[in-house]
Amino acid sequence: MKHSLSLQIGPVAFRIGSAWPKPLAALADLYAGYPEPDGICDFTVRLEPETAWRRWFRPSVAIHGDYVLPDAAPMSLAHGLLAAEMGMNLQMALGQKRYLLLHAASVEKDGRALILTGESGAGKSTLAAMLGERGWRLMGDEFALLDLEDGRLRAFPRAVSLKNGAIKVMERTVPADRFGPLLEGTPKGAIRHLRPRADALAAMAEPARPALILFPRFGEAAEARAVGQAEVFMRLTQASTNYVSLGGAGFDALTGLVAACPAAAIDYPDAATAIATVDALWEQVG
Amino acid sequence: MTGAALLVRALRDPDGLGDCDWNALIASARAEQLIGSLAFRLEGRALPLKVEAILDCARRDALQARTQALWEAEMTRRALAPLGIPVVLLKGNAFHAAGLSASVGRSVGDLDILVPRESLEAVEAALLGAGWERLKEADGYDDLYYRRWMHELPPLIHRTRDRMIDVHHNILPTTARPKPDAAALIADSVALESGLRILSPTDIIVHAAAHLFADGDLAGGLRNLWDIDRLLRDFARDPGFWERLGERARLHQLRRAVGLALRLAERLYLTPVDRRLAGRRRPSDRLFAARLLARNGWGQPVRPLLRLAFYVRSHWLRMPPLMLARHLWVKAGR
Repeated sequence: MKHSLSLQIGPVAFRIGSAWPKPLAALADLYAGYPEPDGICDFTVRLEPETAWRRWFRPSVAIHGDYVLPDAAPMSLAHGLLAAEMGMNLQMALGQKRYLLLHAASVEKDGRALILTGESGAGKSTLAAMLGERGWRLMGDEFALLDLEDGRLRAFPRAVSLKNGAIKVMERTVPADRFGPLLEGTPKGAIRHLRPRADALAAMAEPARPALILFPRFGEAAEARAVGQAEVFMRLTQASTNYVSLGGAGFDALTGLVAACPAAAIDYPDAATAIATVDALWEQVG
Repeated sequence: MTGAALLVRALRDPDGLGDCDWNALIASARAEQLIGSLAFRLEGRALPLKVEAILDCARRDALQARTQALWEAEMTRRALAPLGIPVVLLKGNAFHAAGLSASVGRSVGDLDILVPRESLEAVEAALLGAGWERLKEADGYDDLYYRRWMHELPPLIHRTRDRMIDVHHNILPTTARPKPDAAALIADSVALESGLRILSPTDIIVHAAAHLFADGDLAGGLRNLWDIDRLLRDFARDPGFWERLGERARLHQLRRAVGLALRLAERLYLTPVDRRLAGRRRPSDRLFAARLLARNGWGQPVRPLLRLAFYVRSHWLRMPPLMLARHLWVKAGR
């Protein structure tokens, strides 16, 4: 491909090719300070025009690569950075078979991990980003990687994808040089990416033992309730993109996780309440 | 050398690979759905750690896919058992069920089965009653097109397992020029322990050749040709195999497709083949080889004109000109 870039994110290396220079320049800026892969990559992502003439005329970016969604809509070139991010997510969701993939954010303290999972819009990215600025190591906001062999969690600290209201919240406390460009009018509204702290990147190769699973829900009166193992198991099968395709290995990893970790559903009206609730629950498992 | 050519070399001669463009090899193998086959082919060789990790995953993934494919075949067997008709597994499912070399690491998509034409309605009803659903709108153009002209029912998909089944009554569309003898395919099929059946070895080759060269635009052709290579190496150990293959190819009116398959397998994978049956090399063989290798080290399809030509050819093979015109007219109107 005309332009290319390699990225190492936790244990996963990506090779990203693009027909245009712009998306990769934005990606290189956002991922400044990440380690270089050693040359051999787990996945290839391609950003290319749907048809040859779409390279120049009303350019639109089709997200292709090793694994492809057949009917994914192409994106505007202005959102090329987002296309690259989605391309990497897609490879993970469809092609990653070394880890049980949970659609979850995770943070670490003292070698132990807190997993935050819930539906899109539940606020897990924002909550993880905030915890990442308050003494926790951010392991990732999109995918938690559960090692099938040893049951430990591996970090996948991509840039955090902040949406709409969460952008302002984080801009207040985080220096401007850790943000990507503001992308307006995407299918999910306004998006701005946030690079994790340098210490989180330096520690990206260190796994953590899962210690607590939380199901946060933003916009409700403050409440926390314990969640039983059967419900946790069912919710996590739904939060996993590769549980079914891993077969028995996926079942063993997931039941191991559920048996080892207490879990709670937390509702929160605002960030301060969420953080106080997380701290209190973390005290209990400590 | 990048892309598909590198992939072919790695499959053909796994020991002679040396240090290569691993990213290109892996991307091509994934694009051609040969990553599992490649992973088993390179097993046990000294590879860079990262490559070994990627291929180890591919091997585990292939074993899981195999389990799922066998299970899907078993569920189908149970759904159709009350009908008391022969149910013949085709392609990947047959290779896995019979444990042929072609199944090692092979990916499997849909479940393809062959049943007697007169049982089609009963088979469809039994599947619909056992949890499969129609994918195409009933009585729409596509649905009617399948029922009238194709060698298979419109695809069905299972409600909970999300797997597709293609129920064939022959191995080429009714409108194609060669007319394979469907009754002979079933009469000569071989029973497996489960009660499911597979085609006879010669008919497996004839079907693979028909699928690759007498139908379709050669998309995914490297994998189908790899099947043919593995199958021929298994089957050719039987004395008299090549003579029987020649007879069956003639019976099914697929001499040319079988000859072409033999020549291309020899050309790309160095498959030992019967010279007489393979026939003389033709100038067009080069075009077929070029089409099969039209992929670069990023996994991108290349040579768009050549691809287009084979796409046009596939429609030409599939139906007579007037019918083709009408078909394209309806499709263009969508």
